[in-house]
Amino acid sequence: MIERAIPLLYLAAAASFILALKWLSAVATARRGVIVGIAGMALAVGGTLLRPEIVSYRWIGVAFVVGTVIGVPMALMPMTAVPQRTALSHAFGALAAALVGTAEFYLRAPRIDRVTMGALALEVLLGFLTFTASLMAFGKLQEILPTRPITWRFQNVANLSLLGLAAGSGVYLVARPDAAWLFPAFACLSLFFGVLLIVPIGGADMPTVISLLNSYAGLSAAAMGFVLDNKLLIVAGALDGSSGFILSVIMCRAMNRSFTNVLFGAFGQVGEKDRAAGEQRPVRSATAEEAAGTLQAAGLVIVVPGYGMAVAQAQHKVRELYDVLTKAGVEVKFAIHPVAGRMPGHMNVLLAEADIPYDRLVEMEDVNSDFPQADVALVLGANDVTNPAARHDRASPIFGMPILEVDKARTVMVVKRSMNPGFAGIENELYYLDRTLMVFGDAKAVVGSIVREFTGGGGH
Amino acid sequence: MSPELEQGLYVFVLATFVGLEVIRRVSPLLHTPLMSLTNAISAIAVVGSILVAGEQKTPLSTVLGTLAVACSMINIVGGYLITYRMLRMFRKSGKEKP
Repeated sequence: MIERAIPLLYLAAAASFILALKWLSAVATARRGVIVGIAGMALAVGGTLLRPEIVSYRWIGVAFVVGTVIGVPMALMPMTAVPQRTALSHAFGALAAALVGTAEFYLRAPRIDRVTMGALALEVLLGFLTFTASLMAFGKLQEILPTRPITWRFQNVANLSLLGLAAGSGVYLVARPDAAWLFPAFACLSLFFGVLLIVPIGGADMPTVISLLNSYAGLSAAAMGFVLDNKLLIVAGALDGSSGFILSVIMCRAMNRSFTNVLFGAFGQVGEKDRAAGEQRPVRSATAEEAAGTLQAAGLVIVVPGYGMAVAQAQHKVRELYDVLTKAGVEVKFAIHPVAGRMPGHMNVLLAEADIPYDRLVEMEDVNSDFPQADVALVLGANDVTNPAARHDRASPIFGMPILEVDKARTVMVVKRSMNPGFAGIENELYYLDRTLMVFGDAKAVVGSIVREFTGGGGH
Repeated sequence: MSPELEQGLYVFVLATFVGLEVIRRVSPLLHTPLMSLTNAISAIAVVGSILVAGEQKTPLSTVLGTLAVACSMINIVGGYLITYRMLRMFRKSGKEKP
């Protein structure tokens, strides 16, 4: 009797997921969105546990406990580790889909119709490649693996052939589901392709890649829905797939690049030669004391945070700076470039963690008109997203990329460790402008000493 | 085309359009929580995982299913919890954290 209600539970779950994403559109309703999302998942899990096909709950229970024991610490990681954590959870999600696909194949083959086998092949291909690709992305974000793009000759040809081989064996399995011997090879090819896909991708492209992997994990779940003929899986997978897709499009647009260019372009290999050319040019440098003086005299300061701020864990010092400046009557805004950091929205979360009000965080399109009125643009660990070469230098690899127009501010203050070029290895002409002051040092240390200048020479 | 496939494709296409419309409206401010929430939602693979683990048809399928349930559970618990944690950090000027 109760089984008849299960489709209704699934329908309610699907509706909850849509509502959850709808409420996430604004901060005011976002937490309600999470609650309804949890409710949806509870309905889905509860409904599934009621299904008559389930003969034993023992292993399910064990897995619930194990998953919870691992999941809770993963949710309590510091906010600076959120990109890594996200990559890791994409890996888990994709692995789950791939494992279910594998189990279904061995349960059903060779009595499996072509449509189901097609969906199953897609589920397994996407699942396994997203699994290894996400692990690789995790390795790069955690800096276990080198973050620079690694390239070699014929890399793209080799990768595409491998993908072709994997897809080919998938197609063969659709035609001949009795060819069970091919399945392990198919799975291994998918796993291997995932690794190779990420090898040539550099850290600066991680926001796009992580969004793309988010999308693949969702599509893999949707494919599972076709295998099991379950509409809830299709809906949830499609929502996740479209979310990842939108985010990757936004990220690509923010870098003025195409998908193909991100995946096969190996950003960061260019600009090697013009690096040497720029090194000798003079720059104006300033001490923390001078920087504090300039900031104190300002009416409007726009802070431009980047990955460097995250690396230095400087967000709490930035909050202190925000406090002393606001107290001194200076208006402070934060300019957020869509690809600042290592994942979409990375800077917003870090600054929110440091208790900076979110209405002070302004998106690129809205803040660019403010720079001409700003007395100081304070660039903290951001680089390529501020390079004016993107506007006029046709030879620059970042030409055409939308940037934060910090060079229009009266004074540009750049906090940077050294004159080494940023991640993409591109020389930033911003540093050589007359109005630019370089403050060398670790972002956290520099902002800390600027704050001490305000609060009266330390002791705080 | 079988009716199941046809219905499935309808649902997929319509859900994709709903997804595109809804997610386009999400403020860029919340893109990180959006990703962690969709990550938790994609742990819906738990439905298939529970079935495979609970049916216990073969030892292989039970092992794979159990692993899959554990992986999905990590994302359900971890995903919702961290999204909630992140959202609690966002506050407006002049207001204390709730």
